[in-house]
Amino acid sequence: MTTTLQKEVKLKMKLNKKFNKFHLISWLVPILLLVTWQLLSLWGILSERILPAPTEVFQAGVALLGTGELIDYIGISAQRAFIGFLIGGIIGFVLGLLNGLSSIAETLFDTSLQMLRNIPHLALIPLVILWFGIDEEAKIFLVALGVLFPIYLNTFHGVKSVDKGLIEAARVYGLSGFSLFWNVLLPAAFPSILVGIRFSLGIMWVTLIVAETISANSGIGYMAMNAREFMRMDIVVLSILLYALLGKISDVAAKIIEKRCLKWHPSYQ
Amino acid sequence: MKNGNSLELQGVRKDFGEFEVLKGMDLTFKKGEFVAIVGKSGCGKSTLLRLVAGLEKPTGGQILVNGKPLNGLNKSSRTMFQDGRLFPWKKILQNIGVGLKGDWKSNAMELLEQVGLADRANDWPSVLSGGQKQRVALARALVNQPDILLLDEPLGALDALTRIGMQRLIEELWRKRDFTALLVTHDVEEAVMLADRVILIEEGKVVMNKEINLPRPRKKDSIQYSSLAAQILDRVMQVEGKMEKKAIHA
Ligand SMILES: Nc1ncnc2c1ncn2[C@@H]1O[C@H](COP(=O)(O)OP(=O)(O)O)[C@@H](O)[C@H]1O
Ligand SMILES: [Mg+2]
Repeated sequence: MTTTLQKEVKLKMKLNKKFNKFHLISWLVPILLLVTWQLLSLWGILSERILPAPTEVFQAGVALLGTGELIDYIGISAQRAFIGFLIGGIIGFVLGLLNGLSSIAETLFDTSLQMLRNIPHLALIPLVILWFGIDEEAKIFLVALGVLFPIYLNTFHGVKSVDKGLIEAARVYGLSGFSLFWNVLLPAAFPSILVGIRFSLGIMWVTLIVAETISANSGIGYMAMNAREFMRMDIVVLSILLYALLGKISDVAAKIIEKRCLKWHPSYQ
Repeated sequence: MKNGNSLELQGVRKDFGEFEVLKGMDLTFKKGEFVAIVGKSGCGKSTLLRLVAGLEKPTGGQILVNGKPLNGLNKSSRTMFQDGRLFPWKKILQNIGVGLKGDWKSNAMELLEQVGLADRANDWPSVLSGGQKQRVALARALVNQPDILLLDEPLGALDALTRIGMQRLIEELWRKRDFTALLVTHDVEEAVMLADRVILIEEGKVVMNKEINLPRPRKKDSIQYSSLAAQILDRVMQVEGKMEKKAIHA
């Protein structure tokens, strides 16, 4: 008994070590790149007008943190992203459920939605500026529109492809109406819905970047455009890195939710 | 308790469009009786069970449950499917409690103990073996004490050894819990092992309805057992032979 247990523990430790090694290695390339970048700037090979040194970008970040501007801008951008995502996500989710569950709704709405889906939402920017000016609504509208379709499609597909045998079993066991939806349809469609969410998180940031760069008077995109006018290369690069960071954070958050909610799924065990 | 009919089929027919699957069935099932249904694949066995479960409506005739005509889902029956159909996102105990209200947990735990899986209550279905999943499915089917248990080839996907264990478990629970059982199987020996009566369906009609009067628990090596099994198997093969001839002539 003890020997097998010990063996198991040893094996786990081995695996852990391996995992940690891999983890370190995965950071090796980014760190090397950063060091090279710094050295090239230091030696003057990389002109400051093309790319400022990492240390300068860092200093710009610290300075903006000091004035409170940075936090304000990140806050306002995150808020736009979040509100737009929530509105578009809820509309897409509800439409996906509706069309997935009711064939009448499907015949009524699905074709129209599939047609709208083919219009790139960023192509609407001129129209959106005419409608909303450069106020908050414009950006939130664009984000919501971009997020809506991936969530709609994946919710729809998820609900449509629920195993009919499971629905039948649920009916035999007395589930119907809301309890059928809550206990069977929603959990069965959830993996697909999560795919939609992860996909649309990417679209959310891209949309916001474009919208803020074109028209805004606050936010990270505004910070970048403003810095460009004053030739503040360090702040421009800082903004780009911030977007990358926010994108990464939301992806990690989605992955954590996925892991927690799909514990039952064989591919997460 | 054991008198009266649990279930009656009166001239029950079922068509799917032009295609007649069941062509007028008259059957009665006594309370607490164990009936096995055999027949060639596609002869309508599952359709019969689905009608009794109320998942499909008969095209003609009627079904009486405890003397009352069946309308909609049959609430006094539970079905156990060949593929188990456990909900993968619910833990074992929650799977057994599906659709139950009030204080169901102790009930569910008791059933789980009876099928020998009490220690797996908090596992996900995906980590269980095929045989264990079917035991959970059996527990789920029995937890709120149905009058009628419908089993649609429940052991079809299991290996021979697991199968024998499951047959014993089904018989044991049936004797303890006193329900009427309708077992669809393609294994004639299994039918003779478990059933009070074996029904053979051919082309949508009942062509054999045979009592099995062997004492329980039944032993596979007894002469009566093997001669009965051979007799029924012969009859089933006759049916298949006839069909093949027909196919050749057609
Ligand atoms: N919903 C349905 N629509 C059309 N045909 C069906 C349907 N369900 C079953 N059938 C047909 O009815 C026949 C009997 O099916 P089934 O009861 O599943 O057979 P068994 O369980 O005996 O193998 C088959 O030929 C099958 O194709
Ligand atoms: Mg069948």
